[in-house]
Amino acid sequence: MGGYAFYVWGSYLVALIVMGGEVWLLLRRKSLVRRNENVSSSDSN
Amino acid sequence: MSSRKINWYKYASPAAFYPLAGKLIPWFAVPAAILFLVGLYVGFFIAPVDAQQGDAYRIMFIHVPAAWMGMFLYVLLAFYAGIGWAFNARLSSMMASSIAVTGAIFTFISLVTGSLWGKPTWGTWWVWDARLTSTLILLFLYVGFISLQAAIDDTRRADRAGALLAVVGVINVPIIYFSVQWWNTLHQGATIRLLGKPSIRGSMVAAMLIILAACWLYSIAVILMRLRCIIREREHNVAAVAG
Repeated sequence: MGGYAFYVWGSYLVALIVMGGEVWLLLRRKSLVRRNENVSSSDSN
Repeated sequence: MSSRKINWYKYASPAAFYPLAGKLIPWFAVPAAILFLVGLYVGFFIAPVDAQQGDAYRIMFIHVPAAWMGMFLYVLLAFYAGIGWAFNARLSSMMASSIAVTGAIFTFISLVTGSLWGKPTWGTWWVWDARLTSTLILLFLYVGFISLQAAIDDTRRADRAGALLAVVGVINVPIIYFSVQWWNTLHQGATIRLLGKPSIRGSMVAAMLIILAACWLYSIAVILMRLRCIIREREHNVAAVAG
């Protein structure tokens, strides 16, 4: 990378971490929403 | 020709839009992943080394699309927030909430990658020039919108308060775009224009545009994923339908 490896790979690594993190948090939120719905429906029964 | 007509208005209802969003997500997520790989391949293996900046310019393939996405998504956020506010349309307000996080993420990426490009090129991580400062304000507007909505318990009131901030804040987008023309900035002017020839090689433009397309598809997929979560959290009847 002609001496710029830290800056170039650093940029793509930051993008990968942030965007991958967004997807991971969304999948976690989705399962959390489902779990909360299951808890509230079992409470009402 | 088929005489079958789709009633698009029914999709203004969160309960009706929820299953449609679920079906659409893979159609955006899979092409996004493919286009990211193709764009990176073109950017790293086909686009030549820049005569002035060397390999450091390859940061532009993620920096420029992220900066454009940050601006586009804010305009979209303000549009949906404004529609939700003016017409009391619940789905539009939910869409605005869903866009905010993705827009903030792209603005953050553009600031960090810009900083990582600035150090070897300008010799500094940060300067308070008009383009950088107005982009930082854009990030603060996103964070303000998200924080304001999170701070108000009543979702309808939160939507209205957020919409006011979003609509007022949209003035910052043309300021960001024209800042390099209006003020004497360290940040360079546009290298790709809607009209006129770009000032960089075709393979460089191709890599940038392919990654931009990937960013758009990625954004739509994650916005729809978040929207589905918001719908389930706010509209309790949807859970019964979704199962």
